[in-house]
Amino acid sequence: MAVDSRSTLTVAGVALRTPYWVFTGALALIFIFPLVWTAVASVSPHPGTNQTHGWGFGNYETLAGYQAGVWRYLANSALVSLLTVALTLTVSLLGGYAFARFRFPGRDALFLLTLAILMVPYATLLIPLYVLLNRVGLQNSLVGVALVLTMFQLPFSTFLMRISFEAVPRELDEAAMVDGCSSFGALRRVLLPAVKPGLITVGLFAFLASWNDFMAPLILINDSDRMTLPLAVANLRGQVQGVVDYGATEAGVVVLALPCVLLFLLLQRHYVRGFMSGALKG
Amino acid sequence: MQTTAPGRRGSRLLGWLYAAPTAVFVVALFVVPLLLVLKMAASRWPLLAGDQGLNAPDNLTRAVSHRLFHDSVVFTVKYTLLATVLLIALGLGMALLVQESSRWNNLLRASFLIPSALGLASASLLFYVLYSPYASPFAPLMRRLDLTFLGSPNAALLSTVFLVVWRYAGFYMVLMLVGLQSIPADVFEAARADGAGRWQIFRRVTLPLLRPTLALATVLCVTGSLLAFEQFYLLTKGGPDNSTVTVVQLIYLIAFQGQNDLGVAAALSVLVLLALVLLNALQLRAFRPEEH
Repeated sequence: MAVDSRSTLTVAGVALRTPYWVFTGALALIFIFPLVWTAVASVSPHPGTNQTHGWGFGNYETLAGYQAGVWRYLANSALVSLLTVALTLTVSLLGGYAFARFRFPGRDALFLLTLAILMVPYATLLIPLYVLLNRVGLQNSLVGVALVLTMFQLPFSTFLMRISFEAVPRELDEAAMVDGCSSFGALRRVLLPAVKPGLITVGLFAFLASWNDFMAPLILINDSDRMTLPLAVANLRGQVQGVVDYGATEAGVVVLALPCVLLFLLLQRHYVRGFMSGALKG
Repeated sequence: MQTTAPGRRGSRLLGWLYAAPTAVFVVALFVVPLLLVLKMAASRWPLLAGDQGLNAPDNLTRAVSHRLFHDSVVFTVKYTLLATVLLIALGLGMALLVQESSRWNNLLRASFLIPSALGLASASLLFYVLYSPYASPFAPLMRRLDLTFLGSPNAALLSTVFLVVWRYAGFYMVLMLVGLQSIPADVFEAARADGAGRWQIFRRVTLPLLRPTLALATVLCVTGSLLAFEQFYLLTKGGPDNSTVTVVQLIYLIAFQGQNDLGVAAALSVLVLLALVLLNALQLRAFRPEEH
């Protein structure tokens, strides 16, 4: 194959490949540089920040002391994310099971309706949701935000769980039921381990989406004590003594990005699989 | 289906039971809001006072005649074209670069993908600092060349497009990789055996067979870009001189900043929804395989 002849380690081969390595390496650096630079800049000295001399965590101290304090915003974000992940996992596990293994009237209509959420703009739904949540006493509530974010996760997660269940041979749960398991017992004992990779992908994407979401809390949360971290960092830019504190903003971006980058590095395979199942949908 | 559950009726009931949480979420948080937004679009509905009764079609005419309506539509379309062309071309180019599996290519793929794990809001805040004339690593260069990243309408548009390409190119690369993998290897072998060059293979074999992937990527990218919000809200704040206000930003502006008119905002968002559904239908038709 042409591929092999090019990658053989002859002198000519290496000479041919060098421009490729230089070019692709430079391209990769463009993608990595903004992240590395922000992390380094957040601890390096810069006038007009809380870290004017020497290296240190002055910018993080500014962040920690901003209004209700970074811990409050971290806790708010963690609450929204964990609730969204738990709800998304539960609803899409049960829903995926129903769509893959049962026949019931309205099944296809409900599935299509769930996928249709993707077609409707975020803003189109957030405006009536703002009114509706007010009516049921969930205004200004992190639980309300988590419920809304779960709904937005459902098309992807229900679709992924359905194909995860469909990939498991029917004989497996049928055998379990012959052995006296109820359908729920079969789900818990036999199917749950089989669809675990799907669940990890669903959970990962639900976390990334809810941890990073900006528009839902922007519209649904008014109380500054209940802001999530992305809102707090965005507000902090303009409100520290009237001038933009770039150092504290950098620190905020690092705190926001860190869990996402770590999860990406840990679960890269599941992450790419999630994107790919999105691609196969077409 | 006899083996699935104790009898057909029981199986039906169980199916509904497992699907019930999905149904509750979809109905309460999707169907009901969708119906409500239609009602709001036809009603006078100030942010604080709430429903004041039907007034159709006032909201629609007021949305369309808003002083920023025309500019925001033109700008959103311009941004969408630019972002879509760049993201699809770069995604495809990067996919072709790292297509063969090797340790180096795996490293490249991971580097291209890392930014996509960040939220768009975090990425926008990151570039807000990166583009600032004070804190940017390019600040000395910017001063020497008398150049700003966000100072003029065109610079602001291009800088935002760069941020979006940085954030999303890896995602489109993965889409393209999946598409490329679905093309059987012997098709390329046959083309090569027939003496086709690299460019010819790309034009005559890869691109036509990649059609479904390109269709999906275009639909996703056009939809996402038409609904752009965070990148402009956080990075350019719609400036300079309201030159980078997108349609969704206008909806937010009308609903929650100043005007506080949920009715007009709802009318505008229904308009956006209709435009999007129409556009996606047209795109899917245009990309349909020729033999049908």
